[in-house]
Amino acid sequence: MKPINSFYLKIPSRSANESFARFAVSAFVSQLDPTLEELSDIKTAVSEAVTNSIVHAYKNEIGNVYITAEIYENRSVKIRIRDTGCGIDDVNKALEPLFTTVGGERSGLGFSVMQSFMDYLKVSSKPNKGTTVIMKKVLSIKI
Amino acid sequence: MSVSIVAKGEVITAFLNGEIDHHTAAELRTTIDDAVVNNKPTLLVLDFKNVSFMDSSGIGLVMGRYKTISELGGELAIVNTSPGIGKVMKLAGMERLAKIGMEELVNETNQ
Repeated sequence: MKPINSFYLKIPSRSANESFARFAVSAFVSQLDPTLEELSDIKTAVSEAVTNSIVHAYKNEIGNVYITAEIYENRSVKIRIRDTGCGIDDVNKALEPLFTTVGGERSGLGFSVMQSFMDYLKVSSKPNKGTTVIMKKVLSIKI
Repeated sequence: MSVSIVAKGEVITAFLNGEIDHHTAAELRTTIDDAVVNNKPTLLVLDFKNVSFMDSSGIGLVMGRYKTISELGGELAIVNTSPGIGKVMKLAGMERLAKIGMEELVNETNQ
């Protein structure tokens, strides 16, 4: 299935870009006229993934975060968020609720939010190579 | 993102304003903790009425404030959450740490 529209965004891993990233994706997805709840779910999930890249992947450095979003005829949205940071040693462990490797009031719920707010989540990671998160959501049909 | 603090008797209310994410949470944390440590309230109220977005960084913020106020023997309340923010709070099980939705009590206190 070919997307009906797509965009690609490359941003440095500065925390000020967390809000920029979620706004960019939500503005793009708005073409499908999602409900407020769907839009809020997508914004939250994007914020979690981008924050992970900023806080974990590029812990002591600034690297690039690559965001691709695609929308499809059947009202599905596919978002890919990729970094080339430190990677995750054990993805299954990272997906566990409340698991976190850093202090400083990180709740360890980022992946739980992505999982529960989106319909599909796939996390691929290689230590020292980076992490790719793919999320999908099918929007409700407007009557 | 901004926060205004109102102290009345033994209650401190932090009126949060804007979007809460990892970028904005740090500043909020410091302002709220300073007020709590200086006033030692029995109840800390986090008012989310003017918060338009919150991700799990906000949960970290709530959990951290729960810790601060608990150590001083006080309690935490969360009020005026939008459906979107309520969804994140629920996922995180925040109702186990804080009293959620005590709007009447807070409105009384602030009159």
